[in-house]
Amino acid sequence: MKCRVCREKAVIDIRRHNAAFCREHFIHHCRQQVVRAMEKFDMIAREERVLVAVSGGKDSLMLWDVLLDLGYAADGLYIGLGIGEYSDASHEKAAEFAARREAHLVVVDLETSYGFGIPGGARSVRRAACSACGLSKRYVMNDAAITGGYDVLATGHNLDDEAAVLFGNVLHWNMDALVRQRPVLPASRGFVRKVKPLIRLGERETAAYSVLNGIDYIVEECPMVEGNTGLRYKAALNELETAAPGTKNQLYFGFVERALPHFEQLGAAGGAAVGECGRCGAPTTGDVCAFCRMRETAAPSAPRGAEGSEPELDPTP
Amino acid sequence: MPTVKVRLRNPNREVEIAGPRRVSAILRELDINPESVLVICGDELLTRDEEVAADSEIEIRPVISGGAP
Repeated sequence: MKCRVCREKAVIDIRRHNAAFCREHFIHHCRQQVVRAMEKFDMIAREERVLVAVSGGKDSLMLWDVLLDLGYAADGLYIGLGIGEYSDASHEKAAEFAARREAHLVVVDLETSYGFGIPGGARSVRRAACSACGLSKRYVMNDAAITGGYDVLATGHNLDDEAAVLFGNVLHWNMDALVRQRPVLPASRGFVRKVKPLIRLGERETAAYSVLNGIDYIVEECPMVEGNTGLRYKAALNELETAAPGTKNQLYFGFVERALPHFEQLGAAGGAAVGECGRCGAPTTGDVCAFCRMRETAAPSAPRGAEGSEPELDPTP
Repeated sequence: MPTVKVRLRNPNREVEIAGPRRVSAILRELDINPESVLVICGDELLTRDEEVAADSEIEIRPVISGGAP
């Protein structure tokens, strides 16, 4: 295969674009996709301080790399989830990247700050591990962004992530989640603005970018992810994508451009009133937010951590 | 018989496949969807039309990440 731009030997083909690229033009392609997403959805202004949620994986480290290359004032946030050697290894990858790029990495350790890790938290409230993990990450990400005075929180959700979440939300007609599945969630009381600059890139592209740029990311899968429904949706979508390249792109961007405005109208017309968590002051629809309920069950005598939090209504998947 | 050594991940394991072979043929034989992986030889990425020489070593690296991003 030849590069679509320069006709040199290609290193990757992207079937939904009917194109292949050499290393140099592939890197350019990735950066352009990020820029296009950020411009189209007004994600980040030039002067704003950005907090990038980094897990040590390919997507988040790539996002941080691109934002730094583009000249944004971007710090990283790593959350220690207490998942044994996996958390140790992923922390190491995030810290190595930060050191290599001479960038600032904020670290919040769940066990140190809140007295529990994901395995114990999930058991205590009988949630699936991925559900407890998502809840904790959303809470800590928002809290760290607000506490640190950041203007915007950027996450590494890619096209595959968004298409798979959308697929699941449609299968179950999860109306609340459909209303909130947007490329940008504006700031509101108690919530920092959240953006997803990688939505125009598939995860094969984010992985390739990382390999070609020498980003040492954690390849191993989280040991608690087995049986995750999101992985099944991704596998199903990849089958469809193989038969009809562009399927994931059509699904997600068709939703964003044609269906989301209708869902947003529905969301504006209803929804439960948001108050403040009686424990931490975070916005929530109940008396106590879901994160505090989990923390109190998992670690009743532990410190409460920093002020500020996020309710179970949070929009990220 | 000359073979291509293939490293697979999650879980880590190695298999050997008769070579030389095209990347697309290797993925087909292992029943791996090309959308879900990168094929790496050294520090190079291989496109699916490339032929992998016998006695080569390649890594088939999954790109799908799951859980709660």
